Amino acid sequence: MNLTVDGKSIEIDADPEMPLLWALRDIAGILGPKFGCGIAACGACTVLIDGSPVRSCVLPVGQVEGAVTTIEGISSPAGLHPVQQAWLDEQVSQCGYCQAGQIMTAVALLEEIADPTDEDIDNAMGGNLCRCGTYPKIRAAIHRAASLKLARS
Amino acid sequence: MSRLGTFTRRAFLLGAATVAGGVAVGYWYYRQPYPNPLEDELAEGEVTFNPYVKVSSDDTITLIAPRAEMGQGISTTLAAFVAEELDVSLDRVTVEHGPPSYAYYNAAMLEEGGGFNFWDESFTAETVRGLMGVAGKMLGLQATGGSTATRDGFERMRQAGAAARIMLVDAAAARLGVAANELATENGTIVHRASNRSLTYGEVALDAAQIKPPSSVVLKERADWKLLGKSQPRVDMLDKVTGAPIFGIDVRQPDMLFATVRISPVFGVAPVRSDISAASAMPGVVKIVPIETLYGSGFGVIAENTWAAFKAAEAIDVEWGEPGYPKANDEIMATFTQAARSGDASAMRDDGNVDVAFADAPQERVIEAEYSVPYLAHAPMEPMNCTARLKDGVLDIWAPNQMPVLVRWFCSDLAGVPGGKTNVHTTSMGGAFGRRGELDYALYATLLAKETDGRPVQVTWTREEDTRRGPFRPASAGHFRARIGEDGLPVAVDMRIAAQNMMSSLMGRTFPSLPAGGSDPSITDGARNQPYTIPNYRVSEIQVPLAIPVTFWRSVGNSVNGFFHEGFMDEIAHAGQVDPVEMRRRLMADFPAAIAVVDKVAEMSNWGETLPAGKAKGFAFTLSFGSWCGQVIQIAETPAGIKLEKMWIAVDVGMAIDPAIIEAQMTSGAIFGLSAAMGQQITFSEGVVEQSNFHDYDAMRIFQAPEFEVAIIENFHRMGGVGEVGTPPAAPALANAIFALTGKRIRQLPLSREVSFA
Repeated sequence: MNLTVDGKSIEIDADPEMPLLWALRDIAGILGPKFGCGIAACGACTVLIDGSPVRSCVLPVGQVEGAVTTIEGISSPAGLHPVQQAWLDEQVSQCGYCQAGQIMTAVALLEEIADPTDEDIDNAMGGNLCRCGTYPKIRAAIHRAASLKLARS
Repeated sequence: MSRLGTFTRRAFLLGAATVAGGVAVGYWYYRQPYPNPLEDELAEGEVTFNPYVKVSSDDTITLIAPRAEMGQGISTTLAAFVAEELDVSLDRVTVEHGPPSYAYYNAAMLEEGGGFNFWDESFTAETVRGLMGVAGKMLGLQATGGSTATRDGFERMRQAGAAARIMLVDAAAARLGVAANELATENGTIVHRASNRSLTYGEVALDAAQIKPPSSVVLKERADWKLLGKSQPRVDMLDKVTGAPIFGIDVRQPDMLFATVRISPVFGVAPVRSDISAASAMPGVVKIVPIETLYGSGFGVIAENTWAAFKAAEAIDVEWGEPGYPKANDEIMATFTQAARSGDASAMRDDGNVDVAFADAPQERVIEAEYSVPYLAHAPMEPMNCTARLKDGVLDIWAPNQMPVLVRWFCSDLAGVPGGKTNVHTTSMGGAFGRRGELDYALYATLLAKETDGRPVQVTWTREEDTRRGPFRPASAGHFRARIGEDGLPVAVDMRIAAQNMMSSLMGRTFPSLPAGGSDPSITDGARNQPYTIPNYRVSEIQVPLAIPVTFWRSVGNSVNGFFHEGFMDEIAHAGQVDPVEMRRRLMADFPAAIAVVDKVAEMSNWGETLPAGKAKGFAFTLSFGSWCGQVIQIAETPAGIKLEKMWIAVDVGMAIDPAIIEAQMTSGAIFGLSAAMGQQITFSEGVVEQSNFHDYDAMRIFQAPEFEVAIIENFHRMGGVGEVGTPPAAPALANAIFALTGKRIRQLPLSREVSFA
């Protein structure tokens, strides 16, 4: 089957029941989205499909309709995505394993709400687990990303 | 004897420290017991000066940070030690874990294993620390744990940077025909100002490597530090915001197969009946093989992709044996509670005469309480995994691990290849919290690599396997009594704490032929060694033999006893009608470092202020891993449950190498402790763990996270650890706040058994 991932068209030869996550990681070699739970409970595998955050660990690859964006597809030749830049500026990551998923959810949040409140952030990010406890910095980084994005636009 | 010993030792240090410009130290090169492992793996044009520094003629500078980067930021701090003295900025260097090697022994990890209180600087305590440190060196124990990496690396890695710099400068002096003392270094360049000439480190690296290492080096004074003592951008941050493939699970090798394991959910048993035919016939499955190790028995499923392996593992039809331990959770926990009440105890701290102090105590002046905590899983975000390849007599292991020398040792043995033909590549870790100090994931990958005709195989566990297989944070129960004096302060405290011997458990699955008896200091860590002066004060260990595998979990025994000790101290304060913070000030009077922390956190949190109805604060303090940590948490009653509003943390780490990383670790440790306190437990039914994934073994979510304010203090004259220190006081601070808010004293974790959280 054919998928559009990070702006590129790729051919994937997999059981249509295979979750998108494993098709990306084990077949297409796209390693940005991580495996955390397999039941959509932790968000480490979050990718965007047509801009909306999706848990790729439970979505059968055969049911994917729309363009898939992973952490590997959000920066541009001009530099990091404002959310990544804000994550870097705030030094958010510790082990870093959940952060690809956190960043993708934050990217989607800022598309929907340009300048989110703490409550908006808590509502949007509740499905993304972090065992290192980077939450206070995630909040700060999303506020910073909002400012960066507004300044760039 | 004691006085003379102490005096002699100090005199030597003073004599050595009077050199102008810094502290002269005998450079370790001449005393190093092990060869430099980097000599075996140099690239073309690259040289190495010692186990921590490689310089290439193209000016690539590689520093080795030989402790597991599992999120705590240690790669940045260790690299900064070397970079400070080498005189390069962190953005100029590449930082690697390096190969497994005895040269990277962790002396500090054993130093505090002698069971002395952290503040005890008597001759005996110091001698034992010295001997234990030598033992760590001689054992070549390359280990990450015990919040020791910064303390262990502080001298050695700065010396390594300084020595390499001297050799580079000497080479430049020879090349330029000037004296070395006419040269200065500036971020990787050696400058001769008088003639306006300069050479880069890369340009002189090959010459420098021929120079004899200096016999001693002079380290910079603290006032001259450019990197240390200041927050550095983490060297791993860019990779960690771009989704770079740096984790064990991201390893990709040509022709690689994928696999998973299904290991017995009943500990210590093998399958009694199994049928793998249906699973073997599933699409994408290459092979299903039996696994039998001291860690567990079951099956390895090798497939064309991870998902196919997961599906087939689930489809294996298997019946496991009966457990050799009680099947029901209540029965398991009752063994600890009973033992705490009446089991054979050995006193680990015994001040005054506790039995006499209780013998004539009036009934109304005695309080008694029973506490318990459950088993816990580590649940790092990256499930256990490991990749292995056994080809042409060489074993390669790509492992997110905390113990590379042990991984090499055990896996080479299992594969039947010599240690010298076993390469362990330590990847970044998506969390570890002690779990990756175990070896099972590496053993299983090695076993499966023997079945794939030289093809590499990546073994990824399901979250369910990761949650259920242990080894766990030990469960524990405590039985506590206190006699309250007329002034409201405790006259006598008797603490009996019952748990499994963690070291016996660990040895049973690694070195079963070695005897592993004796005391396990972790059973009472965080209770027996706290800076309180109470006239009659006894803390006893009671061992409970049980075949449930247990291990290190962030802050180890302190995670248990921080809750027990500080919860009970809060009860004592309440019974004596003394403010809990005021009570600490009085009981800790002999320990100025502790008092300063207590005062600081009380001031930050405005302790004692009148709060609006429906809000309350709780306080707790734990000295662990050499750092003194006080926490206050404020909570509020809301219609959705209890909300954690804000936590204040004051910590004395002795010397703060990287304030931003320390602050991040304090909040991280506290959230880790709060997560466990609020809702985590591993329980058993029919001898099998009931929890399986994040839906029933969750952790704090962002909407539950309080605001944090952290103060870092540098009072105590010895450096403490950082990675685990924030965890122990978090649970008791929260439980004490809940008591202040609701009047409900919760003595059993998790707290969600009795209250709900917003």
